[in-house]
Amino acid sequence: MNIKLSYDIAKSDFSKAGEASSNIKKVLRQLGIPADIIKRIAVSTYEAEMNIVIHSDGGRIDLLVTPEKIQVKAVDKGPGIKDVELAMKEGFSTAPNEVREMGFGAGMGLPNMKRCADEFHISSSLGNPTEITIIVNI
Amino acid sequence: MLQVKSVVEKLQLEIIAGAGGLETEVNGMYIGDLLSWVMANIDKGNCWVTIQTHVNVIAVALLGEASCVIIPENAEIDENTIEKANAENIPLLRSSLSAYEIALMFSKLEGN
Repeated sequence: MNIKLSYDIAKSDFSKAGEASSNIKKVLRQLGIPADIIKRIAVSTYEAEMNIVIHSDGGRIDLLVTPEKIQVKAVDKGPGIKDVELAMKEGFSTAPNEVREMGFGAGMGLPNMKRCADEFHISSSLGNPTEITIIVNI
Repeated sequence: MLQVKSVVEKLQLEIIAGAGGLETEVNGMYIGDLLSWVMANIDKGNCWVTIQTHVNVIAVALLGEASCVIIPENAEIDENTIEKANAENIPLLRSSLSAYEIALMFSKLEGN
């Protein structure tokens, strides 16, 4: 049986940021998914969620759990990434100073997601939505 | 096994919020303020020492399965962080000591 869940993520809402990731983690724990896999999904979902909060005009996170894999898809409403290859580089960030002071914007988000995933896809360009897919095999 | 309440007692920490989680088991300590870095590297049960005091710290502590959050040097803590820590039963603790001094004391405590 497949499980699908969807979470709306609001732009710049730091008070709710992390709630979707926490919910997803609880669901996976209830399903009896192994702890190391939950951790990888939790880290990558949190990074995706924070990216939507910090950088986008809002978006959505969709979770799909099948007997073989867990898939997290993060889609936003833009404004898109100018240079995806550069954005994937550890330490590169376009986060504003006030966000950096909160401990975000280390330029670790996308590399962290990629490291946690068995499969990682990103598609984005300036003026278009960013779509990220993270797959962890069970 | 060490519990958060023993750490509170021995390190003389102030309990700000999340007292419901004081019996959580403690396993080591992690110090860091860059949230992505912490998320990627913190281990289950770690006491997390950070100077960040905004509400998202609680989300990171939850996802990273920290046993508690320790704010050093009596830094001021946002009201919504306190509310969130209470809602999630994550012990939010505070010390007048620096992160380094907290770690030194913790190391002695773990050694016993």
